[in-house]
Parts: sequence; structure tokens; C-alpha cells
Amino acid sequence: MFDILQYSFIQNAFLAGTCVAVVAAIAGYFMIVRGLTFAGHALPNIGFAGAAGAVLLGLDPIIGLYIFTIGAGISIGFLGKEVNERDTTTGIIMTFALGLGILFLSLYFGYAERVYSILFGQILGISQFDVLITGISSLLTFGIFLTLFRPLLFSSFEPEVAEARGVPVRFLGMVFLILIAITVSLSVQIVGALLVFTLLVGPAATASRIVQRPLWAILIAIILGVFYTWLGIFLAAYSNWPVSFYIATLSFATYLPVRLLSPLWMGRQARSIAIARQRSTRPLGSAGDLQQSNAMPATRREQGSSR
Amino acid sequence: MARATPEPIITLEHVHMQFGERVIFDDASFTVNEGEFVAVLGPNGAGKSTLLKLLLGLIKANAGTIQVLGKPPRRGNTAIGYAPQHRHLEADLALRARDVVGFGLDGNRWGPGIPNARRRAIIDKALLEVDATAFADAPIGQLSGGEQQRLLIAQALLTNPRLLLLDEPLANLDISHEHEIVDLVAKVCRTRNVAVMLVTHDINPLLPVVDHVIYIAHGHTAIGTTEEVITSSTLSQLYDSPVEVVQALGRVFVVGAET
Repeated sequence: MFDILQYSFIQNAFLAGTCVAVVAAIAGYFMIVRGLTFAGHALPNIGFAGAAGAVLLGLDPIIGLYIFTIGAGISIGFLGKEVNERDTTTGIIMTFALGLGILFLSLYFGYAERVYSILFGQILGISQFDVLITGISSLLTFGIFLTLFRPLLFSSFEPEVAEARGVPVRFLGMVFLILIAITVSLSVQIVGALLVFTLLVGPAATASRIVQRPLWAILIAIILGVFYTWLGIFLAAYSNWPVSFYIATLSFATYLPVRLLSPLWMGRQARSIAIARQRSTRPLGSAGDLQQSNAMPATRREQGSSR
Repeated sequence: MARATPEPIITLEHVHMQFGERVIFDDASFTVNEGEFVAVLGPNGAGKSTLLKLLLGLIKANAGTIQVLGKPPRRGNTAIGYAPQHRHLEADLALRARDVVGFGLDGNRWGPGIPNARRRAIIDKALLEVDATAFADAPIGQLSGGEQQRLLIAQALLTNPRLLLLDEPLANLDISHEHEIVDLVAKVCRTRNVAVMLVTHDINPLLPVVDHVIYIAHGHTAIGTTEEVITSSTLSQLYDSPVEVVQALGRVFVVGAET
């Protein structure tokens, strides 16, 4: 059943897909902790507009893709810290970009095949040169993520303390969004702009519900991402259905049961914490404390079960 | 707590600070010595958090001198431990209690960090100091506000600071958790001889433990013991309007001022 591996286009798909799946999974973990998952949906759509514009100007759509995603990434970096406000503005920028993309396509009188491949992915049509570029970009992005790991995580959770400790919080935030833009542009070529979210956020969201250690969550996200991609390519090679469909479906089919069942093990975790807490609770002091403590077990139980 | 020659940790001399037209500090001068427990009080927006940010070197004063351990404030000063106003973290984030504490040790270093026994031992000791061992491996999102607060204090203590800056650690806690945090901070202050500046809305939970109070209102600051500062005359002067301090049931109430 592995005979498809002898075709070079399948080999290219596996190589590029693996590189992208690894980088996308790391990016996805940080997007979740930074509350930036919406950018994972907005950036590729903005990138589509760039690609359409480039085609109209007779340029390689990949150039337009990179210019628009990086530009949008930097813009999002300048938006407010408030997630709601930022998401609203991001959404409005995104729909404006999509409008531009539609205009560019309607002005173009050729068969915009390459633009459609930006929308839906073209993993089975990438050249050896594309693989090389994807590989190098992925390796660089991976290296930067590894270097920034601790300060990026620190500043994601506690920006004020990180800043006081001398971490260049704003600079890191900006570098992060540029890395996201690059990761999005790489992923677009594999699964297409409409489905980038599936490789970017899907594996990391699933992994975050299975384990709590940051490094483990990232490792599991990588394994899931690579698994979806490989299986997706295999299934697509043996059927006539698109790779992107399979990757998105696998991602969904894994996330759904984990999302539905995770309250079970998370609830058990919460109960064992509550028991450990009760063992370590010291005797309380004044009468006021005792009065208050009567109300506490209920509050704690509530906190445990609400998750 | 008087010592033979207490070392000054914080010195402010004639500090002036304003945002646009709004004056936060007008000629503020005071000293905080080692091992002192100081509560910072005042109405919303008076400049309590601004004071901490000045000491951390995150913002600069318009005039006057500020010294922390004899030197001007600077970012990355490991002699200061800082826990900012806390927002509750979401439930499904992949991060454990010990990871939060670990930020205090090496969160500012590059690279992913390699887990090792020495690092683990240091973090375990910090967790023990704040009585957080029971939930060391729990996801932070599942912990209560008081528990998250303890982790932030453990994190702030990891560099063995001489000064601990805590911004509203008692906010959103019920009375018993409030007491737990106050007891913990008082214990840390005495055993480590670290100076503590704790920003709070309510002096009452701190009455048994504080050495001094800094009250900031309308650009004016007053420092002294609780008995000296939380009085009708001092506060009326600060607010520039009549303020009445009422004592009842061993608690202090400030009436007539927006707190």
C-alpha cells in the first residue's frame, strides 16, 4: 500500500506537509495562549487577497500572499490588547481584504488557477523547488520559535512581570505575529487559505485538552498535525477527494471526542486537587474565618465542575 | 521592627509625576527600609500602580530622584519581585502551577529550557514556601483566585528579592482567602527580611501586620503608621475635603472619600 511513495509528487507532498505541520502546531499553541486564534483564520483570508492582487499584476501569487499576511500581522500587532476589540478590528480588515480579493479576481481575465490553489491548497502539485523553500522557511521558523520559547511563553501569560524582568514584550509580540504570518503563508500552500485554521489551531487545541505541560502539549500537537497530514495525503492518493478535505476532517474528528470527553479527566483532576487541598488546609483562625469557610467547599466544587 | 541601622530599600526625593494635566505625585518624598511591610492605599487612579511602575523602571518620573537599593530604577532588576494585578486565567490553557512559578526562575532566558533536577528542586521549594505543593501539577485554569495569587508570590520570590511589590493581591478574594494571603506575605516579609509594598483598597485585613501606610490621593502622599496616616485630619488634608475616619469593631472605615 506504500507504492504511492515512489511518485515524486507524493514525496514532495509528504516532505512539505511534514515541515508545515510541525511549524503550524507550535504556532498554534502560542496562538491559543495569546488569545490570537482568530488571526489564524483572518491572516490566510487576507493572504488570499494578496495572492489575487499579485496574479492581477502578473506576479507570483506567493509574493502577494507573503506581503499581505506579514503586513496584516504587523497591523494586528499594533491593535489593542483587548481580545474583543482586536478581533472585531481584525474581522473588519479581513472582510475588506476578501472584498479586494474578489475585485482582483473579477478584474483578471485569465483562468486564475493559481489563485484557486491558494484558496483550496495544492499539496499534490508542488515542485521540488517549493519543497526546498518550504523546508528552509520551516526550519528557520522552527529555530526562532525554539529560541524565543521561554520569554514568549512568559510574556504571553504575564506581560507585566515579563516586562519588569527585562523581556522585550512588545518586540516579541511583533516577531510572533510575523512568524504567524510566515507559518500561515507556508500552510496556505498545503491546505489552502480556507482551511489553514485546521492545521494551525486544530492540533494545538486538541493537545491542550489532553496534557497540561507546555512542551508536552506542543509535542502532541506536532504528532497530531503530522499524522493528519500524512493520513490525509494517503487517503487523497487512493481516492479522488482533496487532501485538504481529509486533513480538516481528521482534525475535526479528533478534536470533537477530545472536546466532549475532556471534562471527564479534567473533572477528575479537579477533584483530586480539591482532596489534596483539604488535606493541606491549615486550621483557620478567627470566628470570621470559620463563618466564611462554611461557604467555601461549595464554591470550590462549583469551580471544579464548571470546567 | 526597628533595627540598629536599617538599610533603605526605596528612597523617593521630591518626585513629581503627571500624566498630561493630571498630577499623580507632587513633591513626594519617603523612604522604605529593609524588612518593612508597607501598605499602599488610595482611591482608584490615584497612582498606586504608577508608584510600582516607577520603582520597576517601566516609567520615568518627570522630576525628582528615585532610588531602589541605592540605584536608579531599571528593568530586569532581580532585587525586585513583582506580582501585578491579576486577571483570572482561562480553564483550558496548557500550563501547570509549577510552570507559572518557573517563569520567575528562567522565563526571561532564551531557548526552550531543559528540565533538570536542580530547577525542579528550586521550584518545589518555592511552592512549599507559599503552601502550594498540593496543586503543583494542576492546570492553572482550575485554581482559585487565592491559589493563583500564591503562585504569583512564589514566582516573584524566586530571584530572592530585597523588595516585593504586590499590586492588589487581595482583590476578588473572600475573607478567609484574604487572611491566608496576608499571613503568607507577612511570613515572607519577616523570615526573608524583604521589604513589601502591597497595594490594597482595604487596610483592615492588613492592620495586624503592616509597619507603615502610604496613602496617595489627589497628587498628595502621606506616609507613617496606620494611626498617623489613617486619621480624619491627615486624610482631609490629602483629599482637600472633609473625610471622617471611624473605628468600629476593631476595623477602620474611611467615610466621605471615594476609595
